[in-house]
Amino acid sequence: MTVLAIKGLNVTFSTEGGQLHALKNVSFEVPERRIVGVVGESGCGKSTLINAILGLLADNGSVDAGSITFEGEDLTRLGAARMQELRGQRISTVFQDPMGALNPVLSVGRQMRNIQYRSGRSRNEKDARSEAMLRQVRIPDAQSALAQYPHEFSGGMQQRVAIAMALMMRPALLIADEPTTALDATLEVATIELLQELQQDIACSVLFISHHLGVIAELCDDVVVMYAGEVVERGTTRQVFHAPCHPYTRRLLECDPARQSGRTRHLPTIPGEVPDLRHRPPGCVFATRCDQRVDACDKTPPDVAVAAGHVARCVLAAAR
Amino acid sequence: MLRYSVKRLGLALVIVSVAMLLLFCMIYLIPGDPAAVALGPRATEAMREGLRIKMGLDKPVWVQFWNFFSAAWQGDLGRDVLSDRPVATVVMEQLPYTLALIFGGISWSVTLGIPLGCWAAVERGTVADRIVGVLSVAVIAVPSFVVAIYALLIFAVALRWLPAIGAGEPGDIGDQLVHLILPSLAVGLGWVGYIARMVRASMLEVLESQHIRTARAFGLPERMITYRYALTIAILPTVTLLGVGIGQMLSSAVFAEIVFARPGVGKLVYDAILTRNYPLVTGAVLVTTILFVLLNLVADLIVGALDPRVRSRL
Ligand SMILES: Nc1ncnc2c1ncn2[C@@H]1O[C@H](COP(=O)(O)OP(=O)(O)OP(=O)(O)O)[C@@H](O)[C@H]1O
Ligand code: SF4
Ligand SMILES: [Mg+2]
Repeated sequence: MTVLAIKGLNVTFSTEGGQLHALKNVSFEVPERRIVGVVGESGCGKSTLINAILGLLADNGSVDAGSITFEGEDLTRLGAARMQELRGQRISTVFQDPMGALNPVLSVGRQMRNIQYRSGRSRNEKDARSEAMLRQVRIPDAQSALAQYPHEFSGGMQQRVAIAMALMMRPALLIADEPTTALDATLEVATIELLQELQQDIACSVLFISHHLGVIAELCDDVVVMYAGEVVERGTTRQVFHAPCHPYTRRLLECDPARQSGRTRHLPTIPGEVPDLRHRPPGCVFATRCDQRVDACDKTPPDVAVAAGHVARCVLAAAR
Repeated sequence: MLRYSVKRLGLALVIVSVAMLLLFCMIYLIPGDPAAVALGPRATEAMREGLRIKMGLDKPVWVQFWNFFSAAWQGDLGRDVLSDRPVATVVMEQLPYTLALIFGGISWSVTLGIPLGCWAAVERGTVADRIVGVLSVAVIAVPSFVVAIYALLIFAVALRWLPAIGAGEPGDIGDQLVHLILPSLAVGLGWVGYIARMVRASMLEVLESQHIRTARAFGLPERMITYRYALTIAILPTVTLLGVGIGQMLSSAVFAEIVFARPGVGKLVYDAILTRNYPLVTGAVLVTTILFVLLNLVADLIVGALDPRVRSRL
């Protein structure tokens, strides 16, 4: 069963320079109990995708077409009240910067209690539950941690607290927006292992956003490669990493520092510029940087299924 | 919190001591012989010399300062020239009236300014927001003595809704509160504008922050996000501003006390200057300084109570 199915999603922002087409015809699925990774350069629309799912697009943004089906409901048509009900309960989010993501003047216990405001439990029951959750993410001395404030924890511990908050209501889908980018390498590994363990335990699906190809390869079952607001390739991690079909994915993997020298947290730069999303070129969005382009690339390339579950948006993919 | 309070209190004591030193220097450097001023033109040189010795003016400067300093800390601020009563007693009699006026002014500014600023921030860009903005600037621009005079003319003289002068019957709290309405409005009205603007600006900033986005991602109700998650942070700069603003309110209080013929420290200083009652002026200024430092201390303690980051920093 699929937990989340996104079909033909288009998101635009109205800006002073005109309509900015931030997501164009985005489709992919997050099956039950699987971890799906989303990779792409800065500005390719990863955060926009998350905000569209959560119904938290900026005031100037709107979903123009497409559907986001979560547990049978189309989130793009849901009323604000129902959407608010799902957030934090069925769909939870962990953000990149844990210090900034936690409220600085409310104690951890208070914030965790507030997240359970719908549960109808007593205050003591809520606190007991928060404490158990903190223990599960291995916060030392969970009981006194409830009385502490975010700034009293180290960065790694803050991210654990944020993860505990996100998973407390046992959501069906956890969205993780670059949850390890702000952490150092050792903490990154520990946090990834913790996420894996909790995902097994709670049996939820995870949508994992990252710049870091190594982490994606290690953690994710499926991969979605984004470029300039489009999904250019998607498939299982094995398919995408071992038999990449889109020229962009291939460049990405070739440049991956993990395959050459030590690990870096940022994607390498590919020559050329990402097109201005206010004036999308007709035809393939990667054409300006592609070294394999042909005449047919002037027309919008189709989504080609190269294998079961493996799709690439490139005219060359059909030929293979 | 205890450690923070103790440190902050220690700082307050240091500030009061420095203020005493400055005040002493000012008195010492003012040209003219205090003994001559006190005794008047018809006194003989022998009489003046006697008073100088009695007042300790023949001693070295640092001895004089130490005498002033230790006496002041023990509550001895000298004697009122006219009534020959202790200055401390005279000032303390008037202090409650001024305190009531200041707290009245703070009440007006906080109870109107914070909700208005918060509302303007939530409704940003709407007509309501713009009206609050224009009104804020308007009330900030009007000096408090103008507010005092117009309030008196409109509500007390023309409409006769509220009493014009005095502080009300001693012992009758209700009557005293009614007498407090107009003067405290004069003291606090400008601050309604300051606070509304300040709260609006910091509210907009806080609402943009990442943790508010997180709170929304957790599906918390918008009301909880506005009041619990955002406003508690957004009022912190306002509390600090109010602490510093007490000084400005004290000077507005002088005008309000004169216009409404209310008793109070401001009126006391005003009368003392007119009658050249210098010990009283000095004493009242010192008490006002201490009051300012104390209220500042209270503001800082409130910020410490509201913001755990401040508490652990000090
Ligand atoms: N509120 C907005 N108004 C106008 N344009 C926006 C808005 N939000 C995002 N965009 C644009 O949409 C595109 C996608 O931005 P988004 O933040 O989703 O990228 P991202 O992949 O999350 O980048 P990063 O890795 O830097 O977080 C960018 O071109 C950005 O400028
Ligand atoms: S469609 Fe053409 S331009 Fe686009 S990636 Fe494929 S080959 Fe390159
Ligand atoms: Mg982003």
